[in-house]
Order: sequence, then structure tokens, then C-alpha cells
Amino acid sequence: MHMATTLTINGETKSFDAPPEMPLLWVLRDILGMTGTKFGCGIAQCGACTVHVDGKAVRSCVLPVSAVANRTVTTIEHVGSTPAGAKVQKAWLEAEVIQCGYCQSGQIMAAAALLASTPNPDDSDIDAAMAGNICRCGTYVRIREAIKHAANGQS
Amino acid sequence: MNAPNSFSRRTLLTGSLATGFLLAFHLPLRAAGNEPVQRDVTEGKFAPNAFIRIDETGRTVLMMPQVEMGQGTYTSISAVIAEELDADWSKVEVQHAPPNDKLYGNPTFGLQVTGNSNSIRAWWLPLRKAGATARAMLVQAAASQWGVEPASCTASKGVVAHAASGRKLTYGELALAAQGQTPPKDVAIKDPRDFVLIGQPLKRLDTPDKVNGKALYGIDAILPGMKIAVIANCPVFGGKVGKVDDSAATKVAGVRKVVVLDDAVAVIGDHMWAAKKGLEALKIEWNEGPNAKISTKDVWDDLRKTSQKDGAVAKSDGDIAKALASGDKFEAAYELPFLAHASMEPINATVHVRPDACEIWTGTQIMTRVQSEAAKAAGVPVDKVIVNQHLLGGGFGRKLEPDMVVAAVKIAKQVDYPVKVIWTREEDIQHDVYRPVYRDQITASLVDGKVAGWKYKVAGSAVLARWLPPAFQKGIDIDAIDAAVDAPYDFANFHVEYVRAEPLSVPTGFWRGVGPNNNVFAVECAMDELARKAGKDPIEFRKSMLTKNPRMLAVLNQVAEKSGWGQPLPARVGRGVCVQPSFASFIATVVEAEIDDYGEIALRRITSVVDTGIAVNPDTVKAQIEGGLIFGLTAALYGEITIDKGRVQQSNFHDYRMMRINETPKIEVTVVKSGEAPGGIGEAGVNAGPPALRNAIYAATGVALRRLPIDRKLLAAGKKA
Repeated sequence: MHMATTLTINGETKSFDAPPEMPLLWVLRDILGMTGTKFGCGIAQCGACTVHVDGKAVRSCVLPVSAVANRTVTTIEHVGSTPAGAKVQKAWLEAEVIQCGYCQSGQIMAAAALLASTPNPDDSDIDAAMAGNICRCGTYVRIREAIKHAANGQS
Repeated sequence: MNAPNSFSRRTLLTGSLATGFLLAFHLPLRAAGNEPVQRDVTEGKFAPNAFIRIDETGRTVLMMPQVEMGQGTYTSISAVIAEELDADWSKVEVQHAPPNDKLYGNPTFGLQVTGNSNSIRAWWLPLRKAGATARAMLVQAAASQWGVEPASCTASKGVVAHAASGRKLTYGELALAAQGQTPPKDVAIKDPRDFVLIGQPLKRLDTPDKVNGKALYGIDAILPGMKIAVIANCPVFGGKVGKVDDSAATKVAGVRKVVVLDDAVAVIGDHMWAAKKGLEALKIEWNEGPNAKISTKDVWDDLRKTSQKDGAVAKSDGDIAKALASGDKFEAAYELPFLAHASMEPINATVHVRPDACEIWTGTQIMTRVQSEAAKAAGVPVDKVIVNQHLLGGGFGRKLEPDMVVAAVKIAKQVDYPVKVIWTREEDIQHDVYRPVYRDQITASLVDGKVAGWKYKVAGSAVLARWLPPAFQKGIDIDAIDAAVDAPYDFANFHVEYVRAEPLSVPTGFWRGVGPNNNVFAVECAMDELARKAGKDPIEFRKSMLTKNPRMLAVLNQVAEKSGWGQPLPARVGRGVCVQPSFASFIATVVEAEIDDYGEIALRRITSVVDTGIAVNPDTVKAQIEGGLIFGLTAALYGEITIDKGRVQQSNFHDYRMMRINETPKIEVTVVKSGEAPGGIGEAGVNAGPPALRNAIYAATGVALRRLPIDRKLLAAGKKA
């Protein structure tokens, strides 16, 4: 019915049938059963669906799956295997950032991408990288703290 | 609990992350054909009551009567039980309780409901007794095995010991023997001085699975054969479906079925994308009904008119008429808008309807109501409805309603496979039960620089009259006036009235911070305006009327010191204070903000001092205040749902804005040590933000705002108060 799409997701090659314009988010959640990446708004306003494509943080809710064919996708389920991701996860728990946690997959993916490219971010780097991620529980103060801890390797 | 028909996913983090805590959230997947069974397997375990299950390995599973929506209650409730149980904290696991009002009904409401910041308040004594009773039975079991007096044994960290003989038995070794013990009738609970878990900043039990995508929210339910549905509710409140042309929709690849309900249409597809595309391809004609012309202006005209009526008297001390006839008179009306909840997890419910049963997977604040309403919609007995509770991606009061489950049941009834019904963000914003509009009128008189008379009339929706009818008595909504009758100040002549004013066409519901949101805002705005009228500093003015409220006075003194109150500030920078008695916690907050020449607002610093009695988990208390402040400030800065042609005009985060990290200032929360019974904390921060910010703006600009959200146009440089 559709052309098979091949992606490298979390180090594994996956092939599946999906309409080319179908956003990556729904491929992950509804076809591959990987529910760690969250649906929040569907219009790239909240960042809950953030994943890495070739190491960069992108919003999977508006990213057609055809645009990432043959590229490397990393999701929250696997980000702990990257050095920045592992540091962020650890710092998140130590600073007890999380409340409901629904947005935190996206927050962690955004923070991990930030640290991978900017190992020692200041407040304005953090604001610039994280302002696209909404947290309704209001954990922003701790997110900032945890990113700094992760950067300093104190956690 | 390894029930054979359930799938349990447990994670034990290792290495430097090792917390030792296990978390057992079950996603009860089953092989097809198995009968659905509500969880809670007690076989082979010490199960002294509804809350505690200890098996022969010592694994200690605590059943959670309250739900986890981010407020940290699973960890705090567990600490309360484990404290009196003297459990080994590293062996504690938590599990969602099944729906059962008799076993798990919140003692305050008699319903299995999580709301009003009362999980710890309501369960503080019952759960301590439950823990202590179980401990006593374990000690009895050991003592009888050893042939010694129970009083000669001690228990600690999951082990009973007999010091005189040096013998020890673990709770696991005692589990089966303890099950045969008679529970003591009147068990002693600990002196708070002996607490080892309560009062410690214990690491949360639910967060390790929230950093790696493993935590399961309702929206993450996946079942064999499940399809996804997207819903379109009638855009006008109270409207119905007219005609539906599904010829294009059914041709969309992956679309399985179009379901037409009375007031909504749903498309079921292989995945969300197909369902969404199918919905877009539908041609729906709505019978919009009588509300199709209503606008925000109509709602406010009606509320302002209704608010002129005399209200039902909720409290009246002294002689208010006489007091208001003398002194310097003050009158003001404060107005608050409709607000949507916008929890990050959009509304969803997964349902499988079978000929004689109905199974539900969702995250709800009101499990038993979901069960009974689903039973009605499915046409099966209540005991044939299984509710599988999930973690909530935020609740904030929206998930105190069963409407999304009822709609999902009606959709799932049309097919024989499980259906996950997901609301798009647009549906979530436009088909909420909204925080009501309120109009709060305060009339006061000043004599010798103090309030001599205080008359406060609240006009707004009676959410309780709909949600819990027996609680609505004598025309008074006890939620809407909660922190109005409970004002912290010494007002000798004090009068509170309530006027029920249901907004035209717009459904209302509980919204984080509930009634105290309107009360604390009106009271604290009026107190600032009165202080200015009296020529006094806002904090000094409040302190002069807190002489009978030592806990409030103490936090106010501390926040003045910690916030640098009184220290000089640049032009157009101000500090504003808020004190509040809501949810039996005593909180004083100072917001410092800068208002630029265009009226834009920058938050500079927030300081809050909290006396919530015994803080079961002080770090959770801090986190709830930090987050609550941001939730409230988001509303003050941006929050308003408006209506045009009977429809909600906002639809997503671009026009229903949230505060973001770049707008978040430093927040310093101090939790005061106290021996008083615990207060509520999950909503308190929400109350504090708006009045403290509004009063900071008042200090910075002289403009006395009386409506939310904040209107920047009134704050541009050169505007006069």
C-alpha cells in the first residue's frame, strides 16, 4: 500500500509501511509501540515529542517520516546510552526534577542535545535550548539546576 | 504481584542511581479470551488491610488509594504507611488500588477521589493506624513463635527482634504467620519524634521510570488488536450532531470506522494519523442549538448583573452594617476569567467493551465514578467494569470528570476490539470543564489604619452543586467561599456571602487551586489597596491584623526577611506579597517583578515561606510550591478562555499560552519545621502567584489591576492608576 520506510531507531534498523507524510511521532507510538515519546500538541509548540535525528533535537509530531528515511533516530528509550543523555537522566533524578513526568521525555531529549553540542551551557544557552519545551507542572527551576549539574559532571 | 494474567514491568536502577526502590505498575495485558479480573491479588500474602501486602520474600506492596499525577503522593503515602509499619523502605513497591469506595474511599469525601490537596490530610491518621496495626500483627507472630511477650520485641526496617535472646525474623519470614494473627483493637501510633521516614526528603518512587520512557500513562496503553480513535465534539456547548457525510473519510487509508454519537463524531483508524486524516475528511453538519450566539461579553454581562443580588450568607460576625457605615470606605470588584486545564497528557481513554463486560485503561482522579458511569454507558453491571488506573500526565481537576471515559465507552460499544480514544490538543482546550468566571466584591471600612468592617461577596459557578450535590447546602458552594470565610486576618465585623451564578452555556469544573484561587486573589488585592489607603506598608498593614494567627504571622515575618522586603528597587520594579490560609497550610509569598515601558512583565525573583505542619516529604513540598507558583503565574500572565458564537476561541499552546523556562525566575521556597498535623500542598502555590504578582505590579506602577489575566495595555509607562 505504501512504500516501506527504513529507519535506524536506537541502533536498530526498522522497516515498516506508513504513509510518507505520517509524522514520526505516530510511527514511533502506534506502529512501533514505543510510547516513551509523547504527544502534547501536534503543532511543535510544546516539545513533548522531542527526539534526536542525527543527534539534533527535533519535534517528531510535525516531522514526516519520509524526511528521516535512512537517518539515525534516537528516542528517550535509548538516550541513556549516549554520554550526554546518561548524565542528564542521572541529574534529573538527583535534582528530583520530575513531577507528572509527561513532558520529561522531551525535556530530557532537549537537554541531552544541548549538552552534546554545548558542554557548559549558561543560563541563556539553557533558555534558548529549552524554551520550546512546556512543563505544565512547572519544573523549570529544577530543569535549569539539573542541566548545570549534568554539565559540571557533579551528578 | 505476579498475577499470571498481568504484565508487570519493574525497573531497578543500578550503579550510582540505585535507589533500591521497586515500582510495580501493571499494564494488564492478557491473552485473548481470559476473563478480565480487577487486580489486587492477596493470596499467599500477609494482607492485614486494604493497603499492605507482604509476601514471603519480604516484598512489601502498598496499595495507593490516591492517584499520582505528579504531586508526589505515591511516595508520601508510602512513607506514612511504611513509617508506622517499620518497613524496609528498600523493599517498598507501590501499586494503583483498584476502584473500591469502601476500601479506598477518601475519608473526607467517602469517594475514591484525589483532589482539594487532601491526600495526606485525609489519610494521615487512617494510614498510620493501618501501618501500626500490621506491624503489631508481625510482632505478635514473632513473639508467639518465640514464646515471649510482644512488648519485649522491637521492629525496625522490616525485621522483628527480641533483644534479650538475640533472635530476629524478617517480615517476609513472618508474613504467613502474621496473616493468622488477630489485629489489635486500638493500636498505638508513633510519637512524631520517633519518625525515621516522615520528614525526610525521600527520593520519589515514580521518577526512575519517568527518565527513560518506561512510565505508563493512560495514553500509553497498548492492547492486542487495539485501534486508535480521534473525536470531534460539537464545537458549540450543548449542540448535537446533524448530518455526517463520511464518504471521503472512509476512503482514507487506515480508517476503520466512523462512529456518530449524539453530540460527537469519532473516526477509528489503525493509528492516530489515519484517524486524524479521516476526521479531517468528514463533512459534519452540527445542530448548534440555543447557545450558538453566546459570547464572552454575554457571559460577563450576565455575571455582573447576577452578582448584584444579595447572596446566601456564609458567615457573619459582629455588626457589618454598622461597621461599614463609619470610617474610610473602600469598594472593589475583582474578576477572574475562564481557564482550561491543559494537562500535558491530552485527554484519553482506552476501552474494550465485550458483550457482558467493559474494561478501561486510563489515568483518572475519580476511579469509582469512572467505573459507575462507564457501567451505565456500556449497559453492564458496575462489577463487570474493570478500571486499570495509570499514571496521570497531569490532572489539575480535569480528570475529576468521567466524560472522556463515557464517550470512549460509547465509541468502543460500536466495535468488538479495544479502542484508544485520544483527544487532540484542540479538543482538549475546547471541550474542557472550565475554571469558572468569578466576580468577587469586597466592601470594607478603615478606622485608625485597620480594617473595621469587611464584607465579601463571591459570585460564580457552584461546581460542587453539580459534582457532589449533597455538599451544596443552603445555597452555599463551600468551595467557592473556602478561603473567604477562612480569612487569616482579625476582622471584628466580618461578612461573607455567596451568589450562585452559572455562566451562560459554559461547563465549569474544578481547576488546580480550586475555590481559594478566587478568594486569595480578591482578599490579597483588596488588602494591598487598603494598605495604600491607610498609608501603610503592605506587610506592616497585614501584620497588624494577624495578631491571632501566629503561624501566618511567623511565615510573613520570615518572607519579609528572605525576600529583602523594603530594600530599595529600581524604577518600575516592585515587590508584592500574598498571605493565604488555604488547604490548612500557612504560606507567605513575595514576587518581585519589573514592568517595562510597554507594559511587558519580567519576573525577577520569588520567595515563599511555607508552614504546612509536618512536611511528610519536605522536598516534595518545595517542588509543589515551585510548580504551583508557575501554574498560577501562567494564569495571571496569559490564561483566558474566551467564547464567540458559542465556541471556545483558543485551541492550542500558541493561543493558550504557558509560562516557559525563559520566563521563570529564581524561586526560593523555605519549609518551616512544625509539629502540627500536615496541611495540603499540591494546590497552595497556585493561589499565591497571581495576587503576589498583581501586588508587585501595583507597587511598581501604581496601577491597581482588578481583572486577570493581566492587561499589559494598562501598564505602559505614563498610564496612571
